[in-house]
Amino acid sequence: MSSAFPVKLSLLSAGIFLGLFFLVPLLLIFGVSLASRGMYGGLAWIATSENYQRLLDPLVGTIFLRSFLFAGLTTMVCAAVGFPLAYCMARASRQWQLLLLILVMIPFWTNFLVRTYAWVLIFRADGILNTLLMRLGLLEEPLSMLFTDVSVFVGLVYGYLPFMVLPLVVAIERISPQLEEAAFDLYASMGAMFRHVLLPLSKPGFIAGGVLVFIPSLGAFITPYLLGGGQKMMLGTLIQQEFLVSRDWPFGSALSFGLMGTVLLLWFLLGRTSYGRDSS
Amino acid sequence: MNESVVLDGVVKTHGPIVAVDHVSLSIQSGEFFSILGPSGSGKTTVLRLIAGLDRPDQGEIVIQQRIVTSDSPHERPVNMVFQHYALFPHMSVFDNVAFGLKMRGERPSNIQKAVGHMLALVRLQGKEKRLPGQLSGGEQQRVALARALVNRPVVLLLDEPLAALDQQLRQEMQGELKRLQREVKATFICVTHQQDEALMLSDRVAVMHGGKLLQVGTPQEIYEQPVSSTVARFIGLSNLLSGTITRFEDGLCWVEHEGLSPVVVKCPPQGPSQGAVTVMIRPERLHVSAEVSVNGYDNTLPAVVNQCVFNGNEVLYHVRLRNEAIWMARVPITEAQGCPLTVGQPVFLQWSAHEGLALPTHPAPL
Repeated sequence: MSSAFPVKLSLLSAGIFLGLFFLVPLLLIFGVSLASRGMYGGLAWIATSENYQRLLDPLVGTIFLRSFLFAGLTTMVCAAVGFPLAYCMARASRQWQLLLLILVMIPFWTNFLVRTYAWVLIFRADGILNTLLMRLGLLEEPLSMLFTDVSVFVGLVYGYLPFMVLPLVVAIERISPQLEEAAFDLYASMGAMFRHVLLPLSKPGFIAGGVLVFIPSLGAFITPYLLGGGQKMMLGTLIQQEFLVSRDWPFGSALSFGLMGTVLLLWFLLGRTSYGRDSS
Repeated sequence: MNESVVLDGVVKTHGPIVAVDHVSLSIQSGEFFSILGPSGSGKTTVLRLIAGLDRPDQGEIVIQQRIVTSDSPHERPVNMVFQHYALFPHMSVFDNVAFGLKMRGERPSNIQKAVGHMLALVRLQGKEKRLPGQLSGGEQQRVALARALVNRPVVLLLDEPLAALDQQLRQEMQGELKRLQREVKATFICVTHQQDEALMLSDRVAVMHGGKLLQVGTPQEIYEQPVSSTVARFIGLSNLLSGTITRFEDGLCWVEHEGLSPVVVKCPPQGPSQGAVTVMIRPERLHVSAEVSVNGYDNTLPAVVNQCVFNGNEVLYHVRLRNEAIWMARVPITEAQGCPLTVGQPVFLQWSAHEGLALPTHPAPL
């Protein structure tokens, strides 16, 4: 076969790249997670499982739970908000579609950190939102909006919404509009058509978008840090703190692996349900 | 017979394009009615207007003596078989067929029975659990029919029902459609660009062009008395010649053409009696021979054989007239002979006056 060589070659180059820049660091971190913390925040190469035992600490458990809750809620809201937008984009004419696509992509041209700071300006006590509400006479004095669960949540949805919208657009575009008409012709109401036709056929988009939103928001660090003020710990902020503030690399590494393991376990469980199975 | 569907002065525009231009139609109940036209003639839009998938800008639509112009699709006693079937790819054959009944809130036991009966009618028993993607084109077509018919619609709308099938399947499904219509006793309205399909299946045919209705009639009427050269050109093969009427007498007219001797053809009473006309003669009505026959033909035109196409049971000659026009003549094969007249051979085309027809060059709109 004439194509066999280039395929093997490209696989080899991809393999080398991933091996060097993905697998090796991952193994290093795994090694660190089994090591002990040195006296002055350094590493002591003494093997221990203590770091993993510390994951069972109720305090860590709470942080895990909160992160999963936030990520799950973010994913659901992104799906609910993203679907109508994705539907409009998928069914729009070519020019409109391009325009909407550019509008969705424009935020990516700016640094994520800067965009998150913009939300700080909006939510601050003397920020845009409070000023506006007070000018309108809806508020007597500024509401503390920054550093709340809501501000973190809004920031997460804002940050990851495009990752839900884009796979959904692709999925919806592949659904023939005739199927919607057929459903209406067969006495379906708007809601029934959505439930029985659009929703099940958009499933690949929901799964791809769900993964792209859930996993990054689970490990999100900047958003909970800036908009949550680091007050309510999330996994991302905890890991960052272990590495950079507490200088406890082994525990930080163990947390990272715990997070990865939990995601993989969830992924595996999803694959066993019928929802995950017949979409692959 | 009572009217099943009536369109009254229906207009539908898509932006600057007038897709349906003042169409009035009345379709009898139990009729197999075809709307025939080239793509872009507005025939599919007419179907969508009847289904309620589009709303007319003007005019009224009446189904079973009830004005449904502003009713939603689900409020109309019609169901549609879509061009590419539009089967729900994630549902089994059973669930596809059961969809309409479920949406109407039928009881599961009734659904079970009705779907089973309908699948038997379209000969798909045993395939209930298959997904549409696992079926052949013909089977998908049957599922689409069953999915629409199970709702017992007063009118079944079919959008190019056979276009996606290969030749042999198409012929099979044509018979199938006729049989189904007899069994369910519904009005079938079928949109097609295949003239043979329309002629074979239909009780009546409407010919559309450029959003306008050109002619409505039985297949025979449309074939033998087309109202215009556009209709003639669209249905079957036809030889056309434009000229001017020089004499009109007893339903016959004498037509003069540039570069040819005058011909005499039928001038129908409602047709033109003077001025510019188009003469039409069907290829099977022409007599072709190497010598002028004395059998009392009214018209004789000299020509040269340009091509001879052997079709098995007939020969189709392409001949060139003196004015460079190419005509066709169909000659049935009676004895074992291929093309008795050879290419380049001078021949004579002959026909009696009543075999030809003078058509208005600019027909009045229907």
